This record gives sequence, structure tokens and C-alpha cells, in this order.
Amino acid sequence: MGILIFAETYKGEFKKDSYELASYAYEIASEKGSSVTAICFNAVNPESLSNYGVNKIINCSNEELKDFDVTIYSDCISETFALENSNILILSSSSNSKYLGGVLAIKLNAGYATNVISKPSFSNGLSLRRNTFTNKAFENVNILTENSIIGLSKNSFGLKEKNVKSEIEDKKFDIGSAANKVTSIEKMSSKVTIADADIVVSGGRGLKGPENWNLIEDLAEVLGAATACSKPVSDLGWRPHSEHVGQTGKPVSSNLYIAIGISGAIQHLAGVNSSKTKVVINTDPDAPFFKAADYGIVGDAFDVVPKLIQKLKDFKSTNN
Amino acid sequence: MKILVCISHVPDTTSKINFTENNSKFDKNGVQFIINPNDEFGLTRAIWFKEKNNASVDVINVGLQETEPTLRKALAIGADKAIRINIEPTDSSVVAKSISDYISDNNYDLIIAGRESIDYNGGMVPGMISALTKINFIDKCIDLNISENSVLASREIDGGMENISTSLPLIIGGQKGLVEENDLKIPNMRGIMMARKKELLVLDPGDYTDTLKTDNFEKPEPKGEVTLVSPDEVEKLIELLNNEAKAI
Ligand SMILES: Cc1cc2nc3c(=O)[nH]c(=O)nc-3n(C[C@H](O)[C@H](O)[C@H](O)COP(=O)(O)OP(=O)(O)OC[C@H]3O[C@@H](n4cnc5c(N)ncnc54)[C@H](O)[C@@H]3O)c2cc1C
Ligand SMILES: Nc1ncnc2c1ncn2[C@@H]1O[C@H](COP(=O)(O)O)[C@@H](O)[C@H]1O
Repeated sequence: MGILIFAETYKGEFKKDSYELASYAYEIASEKGSSVTAICFNAVNPESLSNYGVNKIINCSNEELKDFDVTIYSDCISETFALENSNILILSSSSNSKYLGGVLAIKLNAGYATNVISKPSFSNGLSLRRNTFTNKAFENVNILTENSIIGLSKNSFGLKEKNVKSEIEDKKFDIGSAANKVTSIEKMSSKVTIADADIVVSGGRGLKGPENWNLIEDLAEVLGAATACSKPVSDLGWRPHSEHVGQTGKPVSSNLYIAIGISGAIQHLAGVNSSKTKVVINTDPDAPFFKAADYGIVGDAFDVVPKLIQKLKDFKSTNN
Repeated sequence: MKILVCISHVPDTTSKINFTENNSKFDKNGVQFIINPNDEFGLTRAIWFKEKNNASVDVINVGLQETEPTLRKALAIGADKAIRINIEPTDSSVVAKSISDYISDNNYDLIIAGRESIDYNGGMVPGMISALTKINFIDKCIDLNISENSVLASREIDGGMENISTSLPLIIGGQKGLVEENDLKIPNMRGIMMARKKELLVLDPGDYTDTLKTDNFEKPEPKGEVTLVSPDEVEKLIELLNNEAKAI
């Protein structure tokens, strides 16, 4: 059995997800007595994967591979999968990895399970547990094909350091021309993104208007968190669409989700429920979010949040 | 321009999710079904192309007869023709192969699917179709403009967006942003009347083998009680988050 992971980078550095994939793959490999290979593109520190159990690191370093392209990247990954005699490919749940997943499933003739939250069990083929119905249920699913693709849900396994000896191969691919030409990229400032964040601070209609969003932003800043919002807030144009989280917006599976002035409608909760710890701040003790949260404050955001920001600053200054 | 919109028929977002037959199947009893929200944005954009660029708009669903009201709704919103491939959609690759076969026989310029269905959350059908038909693919598409000689699209990436120039034929995985929420169309009486007369073609599926099999479904354990902290003691919340939840 051979396991290949696609270790994504941002500006050459591995994303945290990549180390999580490596940790996950290492554990499967050690149970099965096999080894882990990683493929990455233009990584500046490929060797760092050896701290998480990767035995072989294939760093594709053509200049043309700097920008993500679904066709070219999926060609490189499927070629490597075949060359390395792999039969399990592990992807993260980032936008780019999800973009690649369906394409690779066809190219590799592989059954593909997304939103996976467990290690595979091999007692009856390859079975996995995954989130489905937008976190309202779990599905135990069996992959019936010889090759498998596992799309691992973020934060479902965590990081486990494991130092191993590894071999690094610098590889050049023959690359065709991209059909889609990226003309420009608009990145939102230097802020933490919802997809990568460990902590997400989210505001709802209870904040009354966009002029009050400094509360959300200041709290996010002390925590190093990303900012998000409920659907009506983005529909009203108070915040950009890209911050809308929930069943029909972005999924959130952070370590900590703080909901301020959000009632906790079923569509909102569905999308954020897989976060580990949830906190709600709301004036209404009957708001449904209190049933879903781990910690709550019944109170006015305009009173509680400034105090929370101040106390967190004190906490951070004594604990750093 | 010929457009095909892939329509997934999903439980309404407020539905309670239950299972039947030893937890091996979704319990459809009493559940209201809707056009998958991501597909609704795509369908509305397609109708916009119909009005502005004189495009034709077909909608396709892989599903049993029970999905016909959802297809009729798409026709009432303004699609010209509906196609249903008559098989229960239990495996994304079978759905993608069925739709790809139809595309190969019918030459579309633009295929609009959703980024993911809100029921099984596979998020894989559009990518699979693109690999099967070798058509250009843009996932998480949040803007799409087509003129005589150019196709400009935007795609959401983690923490921003990417502007892309590409060409037809094209397939997108669409989502909110393709059109504004306020532009979503509700079928009116005239649309509903006209939809009854529009063609709804039912086709037999090809012969494909499943790549995945559901063993069973489970519902999450009910959640424990929330721990309340007084608004006058926010430092207590910080302590709990630090020591108990280890989240900060
Ligand atoms: C098809 C469909 C899809 C949907 N998808 C999503 C989705 O993906 N994501 C999503 O979020 N929603 C979604 N919704 C909308 C959802 O049903 C709710 O309407 C929405 O989540 C409510 O947003 P909210 O909590 O910000 O606003 P409200 O429901 O208006 O709640 C505001 C809350 O703020 C509290 N509040 C008021 N003042 C204060 C104060 N001073 N301090 C503290 N708290 C205060 C109130 O007690 C209240 O609980 C969807 C709806 C539909 C029909
Ligand atoms: N049974 C189906 N019939 C038609 N289109 C579908 C079907 N299932 C999924 N799709 C399309 O593929 C998109 C992604 O679905 P999924 O891969 O199932 O998350 C949906 O938004 C639809 O556009």
C-alpha cells in the first residue's frame, strides 16, 4: 500500500493543513506497515514535512507551477500517484484541494470521500466516517474501488509530530499550457482567512449595523482570529459575501467559534457546528444558539465585547 | 449559446434529518425538497444570459420521478427544457458520468453546476464532469461574464478571489455571488402555467458501477448544557477557554 498526500503551500510555506494531512497519513501508514510520500509545488522548506512522518517529499519546482491551475496540478499529482505506486491519495479541505478532488477521482479511477473525520478502517475494504447533511449527520461510507481519495476535514485529526528520515526529490514536469489564465488575484489585506483560522469571530444582525463592526474586528485581532458573519449581514451588504458562513455559505470547522448577536438559526448552526468549542454572546437567553454552544453570555454585545477585548488584552500580556 | 444547468434536488434547509431502513437511507417522509441553493444562483445567472445573450437554458437532474416538481420549478423560473436521467443518485461518479454522456451527445457551451449539494456535501460532481468531458473548469465561481470573444470569471480562493480569463466550452461550480440574493427568481403564475407545457425528457441511465457505498448514517449525540458566564465576569470566560477548552 502506498499513501500520497498533496501538501499545499502558501507563498512557498506549508499550510497547517499539510502537516495535519502528514500526521494523519503517517498513522495510517504505520498501522499498515507502509510509508508516506508527499507532493508539493515550489515549497521553500520541503524538509519540514519529515517532522510529521513523511518519508519521501517530491517537490515540483517549475516556475510555471507557481500559480495553481486545476488541470496542470491534477496532471502532476496523478502522474506522481502512478509513478509512486500509490493507492491512497489524501487531500485537505481547502478551496484548491476541493477543486482538484473531483477531477482527480476521474483521472485516478478512484472512489472519493470528502469531509472525512476518521482514520480509515480496513476490516471491510476501506471505510471512513464523514460529515454529511451539512454537519447534521455522519455517514459511514465504503470505498469500493482499488484506488481511494480521502478528503480530510480540517481540524479533525490534529498535528502529531513524528521525526523520520526522509528523502527529498526535486522534480520538473513537462507542463502544457493552462486553459484558464489567472489575470489578477485580489487578496483581502493580510487578515487571517476563515479557511485557515483556528479561531473565528462572527457577527450577526444583533450588531445593528456595519459601523459597529470594529467590535468584531478588534476582538478578532486580539485573538488572531478570522472574522465572519451570518447570511443576512452579508445580504444587507454590511460585510462581504466571502464572510457569510453557514449551510449556504462557508463551512467553519475552527477550534473556537465566537458568535455575537447571532440567533442560531438551523442554517447558521449547520455550517458552524463542526467547530470544536462554540461561544455565544446574545441578549436573548432563549436564542437557539445557547442550545448549540459550549459557553455563553446572556448580555448586550455593546457592553460585553469591549470588556472582553480589554480582559483578553490583559490576559495576553501576562501570558506571553 | 447553449447552457445546461445541473440541478440537485435537496431537502429544504430547515428540514430535520432522519434516517430509515436501518439508518441506511435518508428518510424523505414529510420533507420538503428544493433546488439546491448553489444551483439556484447558477440557474438565475443562466436565465440572465438567456435574456441578455439570447442563450437557451436546459436543466438536468439525475434522479427518480420524485424530482420532477423541482425540475418543473426550474422551468417555471424560465428554463426552456428539462432532462431527467432516471436513476437514484447514490454515487457522485454515476451522476457525473450520466450527465457527461448527455453533454457529449448534445454539445453545450456552458455547463453550470453548484459548488456542492447541501445534502450529501460531495462537492465533486462538476470536477468529475470536467475531467470526463475535458471541458475547462472553474470551481467556486462567483462571477461570470461572457461576450462574443471573451469569458471572464472570478473564483473564490481562501482569503480572496482570483480573476480568470478562459474560453467556452466551460463548466463551473457556482455559488452565491453569481447573482445577488435579491435577483433570485420566484416562479410567477404565468411561468408555472408555461412550465406545464415545456418538455421534460426522461432518459434511461447508462451502465455504471458505484465507487462508494453507504454503510449507514448516524446522528450526532445531543449536546450537553451550555456553561453560562455572567456579563460582569468576562474574565471567567477567558479562564474557561484557556484552561478547560484549551482554545486560546
Ligand atoms: C435557504 C436559506 C439558507 C440560509 N442559509 C444561511 C446560512 O448559510 N447562514 C446563515 O447565517 N443564515 C442562513 N439563513 C438565514 C437564517 O435562517 C437566519 O435568518 C439567519 O441566520 C439569522 O441571522 P442573525 O442571527 O444574524 O439575525 P437574527 O435572527 O435577526 O438574530 C439577531 C440576534 O441578535 C441578538 N441581539 C440583538 N441585539 C443584541 C445585542 N445588543 N447584543 C447581543 N445580541 C443581540 C438577538 O437576540 C438575536 O438573537 C438561511 C435561510 C434560508 C431560508
Ligand atoms: N443528482 C444530480 N442531478 C443533477 N445535478 C447534480 C446531482 N447531484 C449533484 N449535481 C450537481 O453537482 C453539484 C455538486 O454536487 P455534489 O458533488 O453532489 O456536492 C450540485 O450543485 C449540482 O449542480
